[in-house]
Amino acid sequence: MDFPILSSLILLPLIGALFLFFTKSRNDNKITVKYVVLFTSLVNFFLSIYLWFLFDQTTSEFQFVEDRIWIEGLINYKVGVDGISILFIILTTFITPLCIISVNNSINDRLNEFLIAILIMETFMIGVFCSLDLVVFYLFFEAGLIPMFLIIGIWGGSRRVYSAFKFFLFTLLGSVLMLVAIISIYWITGTTDVVKLYEIGVDTKYQNLLWLAFFSSFAVKTPMWPVHTWLPDAHVEAPTAGSVLLAAILLKMAGYGFIRFSLGLFPTASEVFTPLIYSLSVIAIIFTSLIALMQEDMKKLIAYSSVAHMGFVTLGIFTIQQQGIEGSIIQMISHGLVSAALFLCVGVVYDRMHSRLINTYGGIVTIVPKYSVLFMIFTLAALGLPGTSGFVGEFLILMAAFKDNFLVAVLASLGVIIGAAYMLWLYKRVIFGKLINSDLKKMIDLNKSEIFILSCLAIPTLYFGFYPDPLINTIEVSISDLIDNYNFKIVSKP
Amino acid sequence: MSNIELVFPEIFISLSIMFLLILGVFKKNSSKIIQNLSLLILLITAVITFNETLSVKQITLFNESVIIDYLSSFMKIVTLLAAFVVLLISPNYLRAFKIFKIEYPILILSSVLGMMIMISSNDLIVFYMGLELQSLALYVLATFDRDKLKSSEAGLKYFVLSALSSGLLLYGCSLIYGFTGSTNFDVIANQFNANEYAITFGIVFILVGLAFKISAVPFHMWAPDVYEGSPTSVTLFFTIVPKIAALTVFIRFLFVPFLNLIEQWQMILVFLSIASMLFGAIAAIGQKNLKRLIAYSSISHVGYALAGLATGSNDGVQSSIIYIIIYIIMNLGFFSCLLMMKRNNVYYEQIDDLSGLSKNHPMLSLSLLIILFSLAGIPPLAGFFAKFYIFKSVIEQSMYFLAIVGLLATVVAAFYYLRIIKIMYFDKEKESYDKDHSLGLKFSLTFSTLIILLYFIFPSQLVDAVSNINII
Repeated sequence: MDFPILSSLILLPLIGALFLFFTKSRNDNKITVKYVVLFTSLVNFFLSIYLWFLFDQTTSEFQFVEDRIWIEGLINYKVGVDGISILFIILTTFITPLCIISVNNSINDRLNEFLIAILIMETFMIGVFCSLDLVVFYLFFEAGLIPMFLIIGIWGGSRRVYSAFKFFLFTLLGSVLMLVAIISIYWITGTTDVVKLYEIGVDTKYQNLLWLAFFSSFAVKTPMWPVHTWLPDAHVEAPTAGSVLLAAILLKMAGYGFIRFSLGLFPTASEVFTPLIYSLSVIAIIFTSLIALMQEDMKKLIAYSSVAHMGFVTLGIFTIQQQGIEGSIIQMISHGLVSAALFLCVGVVYDRMHSRLINTYGGIVTIVPKYSVLFMIFTLAALGLPGTSGFVGEFLILMAAFKDNFLVAVLASLGVIIGAAYMLWLYKRVIFGKLINSDLKKMIDLNKSEIFILSCLAIPTLYFGFYPDPLINTIEVSISDLIDNYNFKIVSKP
Repeated sequence: MSNIELVFPEIFISLSIMFLLILGVFKKNSSKIIQNLSLLILLITAVITFNETLSVKQITLFNESVIIDYLSSFMKIVTLLAAFVVLLISPNYLRAFKIFKIEYPILILSSVLGMMIMISSNDLIVFYMGLELQSLALYVLATFDRDKLKSSEAGLKYFVLSALSSGLLLYGCSLIYGFTGSTNFDVIANQFNANEYAITFGIVFILVGLAFKISAVPFHMWAPDVYEGSPTSVTLFFTIVPKIAALTVFIRFLFVPFLNLIEQWQMILVFLSIASMLFGAIAAIGQKNLKRLIAYSSISHVGYALAGLATGSNDGVQSSIIYIIIYIIMNLGFFSCLLMMKRNNVYYEQIDDLSGLSKNHPMLSLSLLIILFSLAGIPPLAGFFAKFYIFKSVIEQSMYFLAIVGLLATVVAAFYYLRIIKIMYFDKEKESYDKDHSLGLKFSLTFSTLIILLYFIFPSQLVDAVSNINII
C-alpha cells in the first residue's frame, strides 16, 4: 500500500477537530465552522466510498493493511479491513455528516465544542472497526467514552448527569474485564495481533473465561438484556445528534466485536455459550418489545426497539451460519440507517414542540405531510416490511435460526409481530387520529436540510431493501471463510 | 577514593544548601535570589547526575554502603526534576500567603538531598539517615504556614505519626541486624537463614515504616489531613517527590536482600495494594475538598504502583516506575490547575469552586478534563498506559485476583473523577478566576497536559528509558 488510506480515514476528523479547536467560537463564524466540519466529514465519506470501490470482494484476506511498530516489542499499530468491517466504516462516515447537518437548530450553546466532540467520536469509531490489534481495538473502543460522556452531559436534557454517569460507568465496568482478557491473551499466545491469533488460535482451556470477559464488555455495549438499562436513559437525555451516533454506530461496535473476536478467536467457547446468547437474545427481543409497547416517550420507545433489534443481531451472529451472520450485518447496517432516521424524526418534532411525549401529538398528518411520509417509510423499515432493508436482515436471521433451533426462531418471530405492533401504534398515535392539541397547528413542515437528511437515509433503506446484493457481495466471502475457520477449529479441537 | 565523582551530585547539593543558608542569613530580602538559585542548583544537580552516573552500570562506594546504578541515577533525576517543577510553581502561592521565605527552597533542597541518599542507599543505616533527613525537612514544610491552625496541625500530626513509623522501621532494622550480623543489603542477602522468623518480623516492620511513608492503606491516616492542612505547593511536593524515593527504597529493599523470601512479603504487598486501591477509590467519593480528594486518589495510585512490585518480577518493577512517573506528571498538572484557582489573592480548593469552570476558562478546564480522564485511566491518555503496564506485569504472574480487583477499583475511582468533570462542565458557572498566572505555572500545566495527551504517539520512549533497570 502506498497511500495509508485507513490511517487517513482515522486521522482526518482529528485534523478537522484540531482546526476547529484553534478557531475562535463566535456567532458570526458559526456557519463557516459548520462548513469546515461538514467538509471534513464529507471528504472522509468519499474516501471511504473510494475504499469500498478499491476493495477486493473475492478474498477474505485483510486489505489495506498498515502495520507499524508502536510500543517496541509489545504492540503494533495494525489496521486493515475485510468484508465484515468495511460496511461499518462506510456507515460511520455516512452517518457523521448527516449528524453534523442536523445540529442546525438544536444546538446553540458551545457549537464548536459539540462539533469537535462529534469529529473525535468519528475518529474513534472508525478506529474500532479498522484495528487489527486487540490493544489498539481496546484503545479506540474505550476512548469513545470520553466524547460521548461529554455529548450527553453537556448538551443533554434535564436528567443528563444521571444518564451520562450511567452510560460511562456501565460501559467502563464491562470493558475492564475485556482488558484483563486482552492482556491474558498476550501472555498465553505472545501476541495481540488479530491476524496471527486467527492462525494460531487460543488454547481451548482458556477460551471460556476469555469469552466471558469479552462478552461482559460487548453485552453492555450491544446492549443485551439485562444490562441494557443505560441505553434508554442515554438516548432520552442525549441531544439528537448524540442519540443518532449512539444508536447508529456505537451499538454496532459490540456486534462487530462479537463477530470479529468472540467467533473468530474463541470458537469452542462460542459453541458452549450459544444457548446463553440465544436465551438472552430471545428475552431481549420479546421483553423489550413489550416494554416498548408501553412507552409514552417517543425516544424511549425507539431506544427499547433498538435493544430488541440488537437482540436479533446477536441471535443471528450465534447461529454461526452464512445467512445468520450476513443477516446480522445487514440488520446492523439497516438499524444504523433506520434508528438514526427515527431519532432524527423525533428530533424534528421535538425542535418544534419541545415535547417527546406521544400524547402531545396526534393528527398531524395534514399539517406536516412530508414529515408523515418520511416517518412512515422509517416506521415500516423498523418493523421489517418487505422492500425495506429491515426485512432483509430479519428474514435472513430468522431463516438461519429456524435451521438451528425451532423454538428460538418461533419466539423471535413473535418479537417481529410485537415490533410491528409498537411501531404502527406509535405512528398511529403521533400522525393520525384527531387533532386535539391546537398548538400543533403552528407546526412547520420539514425544511430543506431536514428533507435532505431524511431522504439520504431513506434512499439506501429502500435501495438495500429491494437489492441487498452490494452488501451481501461485500461480506459474503469473509463470512464464509470465518465460518469455515470456525467449523474447522471446532472439529479439530483436541 | 577513585570513584568520588559518582557522589558529586550529593556533595554539590549539600554544599549549595550551606551556601544558601549563609547567603540567606547575611543578605536581607534574599528570598527571590535564593529561590532562583535553588532552581538552578536542582537543574545543575540533575545534569551532573545525568552526565556522571547514568551510564554507570553498578558501583558501590563507601564500604559498599552506597550504590550507584541505573535505578538510582534514573530515580534521582526524576526526583530532581519533580522538585524543580514544584519549586518553579510555588512562589506566587507563597507570596499570597506571605510565606515566601528563604527557608522554603532550602528545606526543599535538604529533603531532596535526603531522598537522594535514600535512593542510593545500600545499607540500612544510610537508608535510615536519608529517610530522617528528608522527613525532618518535610515536617517543617508541612507547618510552613505556621500562623494557620490547620497547617500547624498538619505538621504536628505528620511529625508524631511519622516518628512512630520511623521507630517501627528502626526496630525492624535492628531485628535484621541482630539476625544477620550486618546492615549491608548485599551481605544480608548472603547471610540470612531463611528459616529465621525474626527476619520476617524485621521485614514486616520495615515494610510498615515504608508503607507509612508512601501512605498505603492501612498506614494512610495521616495523608488526608496533612495534605489538606499544608500549603498547596507543599501538598504537591508531598504527593509526588517523597513517593519516588520511598518506592525506590521499596524496590531495593525487597529485591536485593530479600528476593528469596518473596513468599513472605508478596502477600503483604498484595494486601497493601488491594487495600489502597479500593480504599482510596471509595473514600474519595464523599470528599468536598480537592486536596483531600487528591490525597485519597494518591492513596489509590500508590496501590497500583505497589501492585507492580507485588509481582516480584523485573517487569513489575519497571511498570511501577513507569506508573509513578506518569502519576507525577498527572499530579503536577492537577496541582497547576489548583494553583490557578485564585481570585484576588484568595485560593479556592473546594470541588464546588470548580462549578462551571468550562464557561469562563475553557483552556484551563480542558486541561483539567484531560488530566482527570487520565487519572481515571481512560485511553488513549497516559494514565491508561500506566495502568496497562501494571496489569500486564500482574497478569504475567497469573495474579488474576489482583488484576481484576484493581480494574474494578478503577471503575469506582472513575466515578469521583467524573464528578469533578460534571461540576466543571455541566453545572452553572461562578465568578471567573484571575488570569494572570506566572510563566512557570502555565508552563507546568501546558507541559503536563501535552505529555498526557500525546503520550500515545511516543509510548516507547519511557519504556526504553526504564527498560535498563534490571534489579533482579
